[in-house]
Amino acid sequence: MAQRERSIRRLIVIGGSAGSLDVLFRLLPMLRADFPHPIVIVLHRRANVDTMLTELLGMKTRLKLSEPEDKDPIQPGWIYLAPGDYHILFEKDGLISLDYSEKVAYSRPSIDVAFQSAADCYGADTVGILLSGANADGSDGLGVIRNAGGQTIVQLPQSAEVSFMPQQAITKQVADYILDVKGIAAFLNGMADTARL
Amino acid sequence: MGLSLTDEQVDELLSDVLENWGYDFSDYSRASLLRRLNRLIALDNFPSFAEFRFRVRTDRDYLKRFIEEITVNVTEMFRDPGFYQVLREQVLPAIASRPFIRIWHAGCSTGEEVYSMAIMLHEAKLLHKSLLYATDLNADVVEKAKQGIFPLGQMKDYSENYIASGGTQDFSSYYTAMYDRVIFKDWLSERMIFATHNLVSDSSFNEFQLIMCRNVLIYFDKQLQNRVFHLFDNSLESLGFLALGAKETLKFSTVTKRYRQPGKEKIWRKEKDLYGG
Repeated sequence: MAQRERSIRRLIVIGGSAGSLDVLFRLLPMLRADFPHPIVIVLHRRANVDTMLTELLGMKTRLKLSEPEDKDPIQPGWIYLAPGDYHILFEKDGLISLDYSEKVAYSRPSIDVAFQSAADCYGADTVGILLSGANADGSDGLGVIRNAGGQTIVQLPQSAEVSFMPQQAITKQVADYILDVKGIAAFLNGMADTARL
Repeated sequence: MGLSLTDEQVDELLSDVLENWGYDFSDYSRASLLRRLNRLIALDNFPSFAEFRFRVRTDRDYLKRFIEEITVNVTEMFRDPGFYQVLREQVLPAIASRPFIRIWHAGCSTGEEVYSMAIMLHEAKLLHKSLLYATDLNADVVEKAKQGIFPLGQMKDYSENYIASGGTQDFSSYYTAMYDRVIFKDWLSERMIFATHNLVSDSSFNEFQLIMCRNVLIYFDKQLQNRVFHLFDNSLESLGFLALGAKETLKFSTVTKRYRQPGKEKIWRKEKDLYGG
């Protein structure tokens, strides 16, 4: 339990594809301003095109948001948007590593790769959240987080613009919680309360 | 998902590879190594860590595969056209007046960037007085780079990148298509020198006006990155350029005070050496 009191020991990774940007635009403003845990957002995006994305998401939150470079440290209360065309990985010394290896299931960044690496590094202190999308990325990775003792949340398919991705995770039985956007916000804000206990 | 190695298992494996074969991966990024190792174990269907370890320790042919799969050899021609445009419009003109131009592609992989550079040097009428050193720790990819043969299917993307970087020629004039592959013209590779070089263990071997090392350092930990920056610093003329990948930075390094970054691309210029050394 002593470990959990250090907020940096927990990592929240949010994966999304088609239809998830709108979810983030609604979710981020609902997070409390003193949210203590780092959040990493992994979106399927077109490289070199969505350069405005960091700015757009940054406007929706009172937390600090950045697109990290290789070996940037993960800091409590920051939101990190995984850069386009790289996989994002986590080091045990609290740094981010980027990786330009092969696409996984046509995706780079791959949500599965990010979830797996988060589970390797943060184990039971990992929270994986899978949002709207049109492909099967993320559900295997959620399974890895779950096996490591972490928590997994899947967006309620009826509330998703494209329900295929969350539905895949539910079919594979890797979801601990199935929540709409308000529910996800409430869950995260609840984590902020337990951090202070 | 299959087997996932523990930290201790990764340590054991890396110390075997160093002791038996002389390759030192101990300062590579652990997160990336773990992913590559787990992937290789799954690809080659090893039922246990012990069997994987035994094979790596004892089988010289398998070690070749191990090196090739553990290192990442994904690269493109004219990747990040905006970066190449700055090379073309600012960096090459800045070194054009030198009687002789030496460029080092450190971690050249299969050579796509070296051929991109040769095309730009040719168009700037500098190729005849340039030498392009292309090195990688992996002998097999260096051999591929030397051949200058690439898949035909990628030429459409590469041609678009080339045009977006400011290229004005017909990109297909630089190669000859054969079935599903293309071979780049002989005269493009005449000024290239290919060799194996390990950034972890080998030292500086020449002085350059430009060092290209893009998306190589992301696979190293911070300490090793810093060591490699010192190696580059020792290999770069005063006022020479160092070009890194889009998400790599010199800012954490102890050599950073001798460099400035003129624009937003990941290109740093070494300042004039005030002490004349």
